[in-house]
Amino acid sequence: MTTPLLSLQGLTKAYPGVVANDQVSFDIGEGEVHALLGENGAGKSTLVKMIYGLVKPDSGTMLLRGQPFAPPEPRAARADGIAMVFQHFSLFDALNVAENIALGMENPPPMGDLAARIREVSETYGLPLDPYRTVGDLSAGERQRVEIIRCLLQDPKLLIMDEPTSVLTPQEVDILFETLNKLRAEGTSILYISHKLEEIRTLCDHATILRLGKNVGECVPSETSARDMAEMMVGSTLQTPERSGRDFGEVALDVSGLSVPSPSEFGTALRNVHMTVRKGEVLGIGGVAGNGQDELLGVLSGEIPTAADAIKFNGQPIGKLGPTARRKLGVLTAPEERLGHAAAPDMSLTENALLTGSVREGLENNGFLKWAETKSFAEKIISAFDVRTPGPENAARSLSGGNLQKFVIGREVLQNPDVLVVNQPTWGVDAAAAASIRQAILDLAAKGTAVICISQDLDELMEISDSFAALNEGRLSAPRETTGLTVDEIGLMMGGAHGMEVAHV
Amino acid sequence: MIVLEKRPQPSKAWSYATPLVAVVATMVFGGLLFALLGKNPVEAIGTIFWEPLFGEFAFYYRPQLLVKGAPLVLIAIGLSLGFRAGIWNIGAEGQYIMGAIFGAGAGLAFYPLEAFYIFPIMVIAGAFGGWLWAMIPAFLKVRFGTNEILVSLMLVYVAEQMLASVSLGLLKNPEGFGFPGSRNLQSYDSAHNAELIAGSGMHWGVVTALIAVIFAYVLLNRHMLGFHIRLTGEAPRAAKFAGVNPARLILFCLGLSGMLAGLAGMFEVSGPAGQVSIDFNVGYGFTAIIVAFLGRLHPVGILLAGFLMALTYIGGEIAQSQLGLPAAAIQVFQGMLLFFLLAFDLLTNFRIRAARSEVA
Repeated sequence: MTTPLLSLQGLTKAYPGVVANDQVSFDIGEGEVHALLGENGAGKSTLVKMIYGLVKPDSGTMLLRGQPFAPPEPRAARADGIAMVFQHFSLFDALNVAENIALGMENPPPMGDLAARIREVSETYGLPLDPYRTVGDLSAGERQRVEIIRCLLQDPKLLIMDEPTSVLTPQEVDILFETLNKLRAEGTSILYISHKLEEIRTLCDHATILRLGKNVGECVPSETSARDMAEMMVGSTLQTPERSGRDFGEVALDVSGLSVPSPSEFGTALRNVHMTVRKGEVLGIGGVAGNGQDELLGVLSGEIPTAADAIKFNGQPIGKLGPTARRKLGVLTAPEERLGHAAAPDMSLTENALLTGSVREGLENNGFLKWAETKSFAEKIISAFDVRTPGPENAARSLSGGNLQKFVIGREVLQNPDVLVVNQPTWGVDAAAAASIRQAILDLAAKGTAVICISQDLDELMEISDSFAALNEGRLSAPRETTGLTVDEIGLMMGGAHGMEVAHV
Repeated sequence: MIVLEKRPQPSKAWSYATPLVAVVATMVFGGLLFALLGKNPVEAIGTIFWEPLFGEFAFYYRPQLLVKGAPLVLIAIGLSLGFRAGIWNIGAEGQYIMGAIFGAGAGLAFYPLEAFYIFPIMVIAGAFGGWLWAMIPAFLKVRFGTNEILVSLMLVYVAEQMLASVSLGLLKNPEGFGFPGSRNLQSYDSAHNAELIAGSGMHWGVVTALIAVIFAYVLLNRHMLGFHIRLTGEAPRAAKFAGVNPARLILFCLGLSGMLAGLAGMFEVSGPAGQVSIDFNVGYGFTAIIVAFLGRLHPVGILLAGFLMALTYIGGEIAQSQLGLPAAAIQVFQGMLLFFLLAFDLLTNFRIRAARSEVA
């Protein structure tokens, strides 16, 4: 066998209190698309940070084409042909594409030459991109292209991609995969991090599965079922959420002709949104991030006031009511951003339970707080939703993302809402916790709650929702029944590839 | 290399220890400063901290502690509520002046009538004056989104001009031989904020300051409004999500801090100062900002910090007169206190760790 491009041998990295990587070894061959699979917290990020020179391993060695490789910093890793596309983009909204790319270069060429190079690379790899467009106007998929082209300009030998499809529509995913296949054909190796198993099955040649920092197995994805891979990842049998009968009651929430400007400069205005949700129904709202999801949640929670008649709850106009009044009526929401929006990071879980629970749980008396009751409400959430924490007096920021998410969702679910709106309920949550959150949402719907679930995870929406609509540039498509929807139809509802075709060379 | 590592949650122990550590560090480095000035550091520090409390003339200085500490605590309590919510009232000095003008003006309007209701009316008028002055930045912020820091600060200078104007005009003592300044309220019984126990320094302002401490404590720890104030300061978006109306909170916080500053001014002008004069204000409104932070925006902390600050003022004056320390050195000393407090405060949320060289 030939020497692999990159060989990891016994990489170990420990942080105080947790071993992020424990004796991880695997090889990435030349021209191979290698998947790195694992739940959140399995140690994927730490591992790629070591390869990219952001973190130094405690022990273990890396060999690049047989030569010892220990990049002290990302610049050194880049010099050796390693490039990385991060999950969160580091782009400046106010600058154009070429300027953003120039910022990341050691010795940027003159802007004209650079723009020509960007055009050339983008055409070669089927990633259409105008170097002079302002990044603030680009869709998430296009922003990702900026990051990918930034990497390709360095002519990398190994391209690391961290959860690249989480922000893409199905059509955009197809374009990306074509690009990656083209790169593979040219001999570039790709380390592909994801937890989306179907993608890995179609794209990757080889997969390494991490669990709790350890390499727990390798497989050839095309020959392994998604379920088997998932169970290797989680280490136990997965429980698929079940739903009981689907009889819906009357319309609980009726949104009609809702148009709202975005409160933030780079936000998306909502344009003429119509939807109705019946009691017991789960309406899934898909769409790529930044198409008005935050604004929709804000309008439904009462943070953004709107015309009274635009939102009706059981026939009563509530568009002008604030969050507290809506909670009193039974309209509850859980925003996407856990730290700073759904919860105050430095406050205790007890205080965070009070944050939305005060009205419905009777945690105040003429403005005076009932701390004992609040604490037991927090404890109730912690035990009912299996939130891992020493106790309710701990600060919200001390919880892991998944645990805090369970707390935030649990806080609303336990208040017996009549309408529940959740935005990205399982974002960054491990598979087992995600399953329990979805189950809780379904149980709530079974009891007659009307649920709106805004999510970018299409699998999740297909799993739990009765009807599906997509947000695209602030417009909501007409909701359709989920059963029988194909991925292509969903993709078209989501706005296709944002009007872009694969460039044919 | 030393790195700071964020603690998973704030350390309780350090949040109590930092003020003490800061005081000790101030003593050490202040002592060093005094030594460089050619004074005996032990003697200087002793004069500042010991003399006012237990020295030969402590019977005179101790009441002064209450007199100087009370307005600082009263103003700082009001400011701390706003600061907690991220609403920065920097103009307490102006609100303090307006409280004094309104309070004294209300009292002098009744002169020479003697009646039990005059003093309560003055209290209300003083509170109203401070509230009114704080409502200007509050209203402008809510309505037009102006910066309350700038507006409230600028209004201090407007208030100083008003003070000069009324001292020379409207409130000038008609029997004052043309000297600027109002009648002395100390010699107008119904309007005099006299000591409640002779020689103790305890006047109505001290009582009000103590009530304000208790009020703020209950508000912050037991009341929804206090919870919303803390929530707004720590996570503004979460506060909006919880249903806090930011405009109402701004009006409340600025209004209350203005009111308390106005009360402090009123109690000062009708008691220790006695009259409205051009140089009536001595910077309590600005020093209270330091007191609020020194007390870590906690009501009980502010109570302690107010008296610590009063101690350094009085001790500083003694050191100036007895040891010939320059006034600037005393100010540096007071500045060090705030500096060290803010510096050590870091340890509440971060721990210091010696790190191997690693690019993280």
